[in-house]
Amino acid sequence: MTATPHRPAGGVFDVAVIGGGIVGAAIARELSGCDVSVALLEARDDVGDGTSKANTAILHTGFDAKPGTLESRLVARGYHLLSAYAKATGIPVEHTGAVLVAWNGEELRALPGLKEKAEANGYEHCRIVDADEVYRILPDLADGALGGLTVPDESIICTWTTNLALATDAQQRGTTVLLQHAVTGIDEGPESTTLRTSSGDVRARWVVNAAGLGADHIDRLFGHDRFTVTPRRGELFVFDKLARPMVDKIVLPVPTSRGKGVLISPTIYGNVMLGPTAEDLTDRTDTSTSEDGFDFLLRKGEGLMPRLLAEEVTASYAGLRAAIDHPDYLIEATPQQRYLLVGGIRSTGLTAGIAIAEHVRTLLEEAGLNLRSRGDLPEPPRMPNIGEAAQRPYQDADLIARDPAYGTIVCFCERVTEGEIRDACHAPLPARDLEGLRRRTRAMNGRCQGFFCGAAVTALREEHHDHDGRDSRQHKDNR
Amino acid sequence: MTQQPSLITPDVLIIGAGPAGLTAAAELASRHGGRILAVDREPAAGGIPRHSDHTGYGLRDLHRVMSGPAYARHLVRRATAAGAEIRTHTMVTGWSDDHTVDVTGPEGRYRIRPQAIVLATGARERPRTARRVPGDRPHGVYTTGQLQNLVHLHHRPVGKRAVIVGGELVSWSAAVTLREAGCTPALMISRYPKAESYGVFNLAGRAVLRVPVATRSRVTRIIGKGRCQAVEIEHLDTGRRRTVACDTVVFTGDWIPDHELARTAGIALDPGTLGPLTDTALRTSRPGVYAAGNMLHPVDTADVAALDGRHVAHQVISYLQGMREHAEGVRLLADAPFRWVAPQILRPQDPAPPRGRLLLWSDQFVRFPKVAVRQDGRVIARRSLSWPAAPGRVFRVPSSVLEGVSPSGGPVHIGLERV
Ligand SMILES: Cc1cc2nc3c(=O)[nH]c(=O)nc-3n(C[C@H](O)[C@H](O)[C@H](O)COP(=O)(O)OP(=O)(O)OC[C@H]3O[C@@H](n4cnc5c(N)ncnc54)[C@H](O)[C@@H]3O)c2cc1C
Ligand SMILES: Cc1cc2nc3c(=O)[nH]c(=O)nc-3n(C[C@H](O)[C@H](O)[C@H](O)COP(=O)(O)OP(=O)(O)OC[C@H]3O[C@@H](n4cnc5c(N)ncnc54)[C@H](O)[C@@H]3O)c2cc1C
Repeated sequence: MTATPHRPAGGVFDVAVIGGGIVGAAIARELSGCDVSVALLEARDDVGDGTSKANTAILHTGFDAKPGTLESRLVARGYHLLSAYAKATGIPVEHTGAVLVAWNGEELRALPGLKEKAEANGYEHCRIVDADEVYRILPDLADGALGGLTVPDESIICTWTTNLALATDAQQRGTTVLLQHAVTGIDEGPESTTLRTSSGDVRARWVVNAAGLGADHIDRLFGHDRFTVTPRRGELFVFDKLARPMVDKIVLPVPTSRGKGVLISPTIYGNVMLGPTAEDLTDRTDTSTSEDGFDFLLRKGEGLMPRLLAEEVTASYAGLRAAIDHPDYLIEATPQQRYLLVGGIRSTGLTAGIAIAEHVRTLLEEAGLNLRSRGDLPEPPRMPNIGEAAQRPYQDADLIARDPAYGTIVCFCERVTEGEIRDACHAPLPARDLEGLRRRTRAMNGRCQGFFCGAAVTALREEHHDHDGRDSRQHKDNR
Repeated sequence: MTQQPSLITPDVLIIGAGPAGLTAAAELASRHGGRILAVDREPAAGGIPRHSDHTGYGLRDLHRVMSGPAYARHLVRRATAAGAEIRTHTMVTGWSDDHTVDVTGPEGRYRIRPQAIVLATGARERPRTARRVPGDRPHGVYTTGQLQNLVHLHHRPVGKRAVIVGGELVSWSAAVTLREAGCTPALMISRYPKAESYGVFNLAGRAVLRVPVATRSRVTRIIGKGRCQAVEIEHLDTGRRRTVACDTVVFTGDWIPDHELARTAGIALDPGTLGPLTDTALRTSRPGVYAAGNMLHPVDTADVAALDGRHVAHQVISYLQGMREHAEGVRLLADAPFRWVAPQILRPQDPAPPRGRLLLWSDQFVRFPKVAVRQDGRVIARRSLSWPAAPGRVFRVPSSVLEGVSPSGGPVHIGLERV
């Protein structure tokens, strides 16, 4: 069953959430579980088009977080919440486990401390192993590993489906999703706040700022000067699926103060990933890859697993973490402004998203927003499976027998079928361009990058688009 | 409950209905009879020539010259008329055992267990990502395959001003397609001191195409958000960099076989071609599994792929007739400037390779090549050839240079005599 959308009374939403990334979508979903009307405002053409689409997609246990921080608490809780939510919605997850590898004496000596830290974070399953055990688990690792720490519950997840599931769920619970609504100005009134956006004004009693890389800008529009976001670029290589047998677990470096360092990880789509780099930029839109980044990754990769570098590269990309000048997540309500900031969700927000949303709900209640849980919530959405661990439509004889469109493979490298492309174009939050379609189906994401299927996928998307009669402003693919 | 997938058992399964697969199918059906099944994942059979809408096909196999699509249609008609079955929209997605494959098509998910298999899955161009070119990720960046698909099969516009990366035959083919689509090929970029295929290019005549070529150059960055705006290129000798404005970039050549099925089967690959390691009978390392076409030599012209298909058909027929023993062979290795040689194994009693030619890929331009064949430290053959060895196209050497090879000796090296 679906819930009646909660209409804003007199054109005023109870809450407006700015930012359609994982964090904003999780918050909108959480709040729509209560008796309030919610709007989710996203500047871009699609949800999940910011940092949430370009990360390393690891579902962290939080074993290495700084104990006692809000981040540590929310990552640990987020791990469990997202694992359960993934089961309910079909978000692809694989509980692969991780091995943190020590390459020198200093790193080896750091392992016991890391194990204690994990325990301080409430994570009890780490084990220190010797070099033989490391090579038993990862036979293709470069020579020279001295030992390691296993993290059996560290997992891989599909970040795209996570964001889509949360946003779809929010929408089905009644959230009004407003795409192409970049917030450019704020007018605080006594009863409500007017958000000036690129697509007109939106009014709400309460405002939650989950704008990721733009959160400090929004915060300043509310008159604060609390923090500055530094875009910290992370570049990554995705290697061909044929490399996947080499990497069955996440291979972690011993963490440093700069961040989590370069890792090798299987992906939920059956590839192997190497990255990310960490480089502070000034341009918050610069998600380009760089020669230096590539050289750095290739050098690291050579040191970690030389055989991997002989494999073909399928893709490369870069994401920007929202690093801030503050050691923890910065989540604070300003009750007199009916405003709440969610800032500095840098390298763990995918995992922590749902826990952040819970925390936000508590803070809003404490700040005076009345939030009563609804009894009539719709079931969470069942998301299409784009992971390799479970059956994909092209493998499902019964499904194909019912609908031959699932037997018509369009993207050969990723085995994406016509049925899936059709579905993605007509989903509650439909794919509106090729990028959106890639994130919903994996089409064109494979080793040929469109050599065979690019033209056919483009044609299919447009055919469905034309039938939808949706706004053709967004008709920009491959013009 | 999911049912056990249904099974079909043709005599021969040919995976890939391009020139190689279709020619093998036609030959097998007309000479052997039995049930010959060719499958292709595309909506229509014909392989790459289907969307390569210019002339230049069919010379060596059909002794006439026709357009790609006409050639593809001809091969399809011939295979069908000979009695082979062709299933399109039918993709082999993996192996369920050593001689059984899993298949997906609109009719369903099923298995095929033939007596013999021919892998003819062709080759593709490495896209920008596989070439590790950094920068922005705008629209308008293609391979020739995608470009020709867009323009010839889907009649879509491309941009106005293009840079072509590569100077192979296929790069000129991209230039022709761009012109037809109303896009000016503004610059061709080649790593080599001369555009590889200049001398042999007669498709539309390079005089007509008149594309300026930046030699000894490489692309170092793609620039543009949304739509491509420019590429940055570097001169390899001076290190000087400049940007070239363009809204379209086509990455051409730099081939890799579609070897996923071979690799997931555990079939031995040649480190040079990255296709299956084969002998002159085109056997792979798995008994009953053969390979033909561009997956063995990425990349040669379609007629050569087709003649591979004819050659492999005869070998498969011998296999079906029970001839399964073969002697140990010696390994053929390519020495610099050659990157690879195909096929790679020579066994006594085996037939000469297709067309009596060894195929090699050169990383250097050599106007008057003198081929030297060495075994166990001794030169066993020298041959001066009257055609150049040039990067970007296959260099053919008559297999008669192997006549002096000792079947019990060590690996055979094929290289050049230095003068
Ligand atoms: C390289 C890298 C690796 C990472 N690896 C992991 C990992 O393995 N595991 C993990 O848990 N986390 C990881 N992360 C972190 C995780 O990706 C982020 O913490 C998370 O995506 C943050 O989500 P968000 O919703 O806060 O931000 P975003 O996804 O950026 O969402 C913010 C949204 O706000 C919108 N917006 C901005 N300004 C405005 C405005 N003015 N008006 C309207 N909308 C606006 C943006 O368009 C954007 O869509 C990684 C991050 C990076 C960069
Ligand atoms: C742009 C371009 C221009 C060219 N111009 C010329 C020219 O003018 N003259 C010329 O002689 N040659 C030309 N060539 C080369 C020529 O097209 C190739 O040599 C020829 O197509 C090779 O034939 P093939 O059968 O080996 O492979 P392909 O033609 O590539 O056929 C392989 C087939 O296998 C199918 N396949 C792959 N995997 C599977 C699977 N798992 N299941 C089912 N089916 C599968 C593919 O769909 C494909 O149809 C050109 C090539 C290109 C790319």
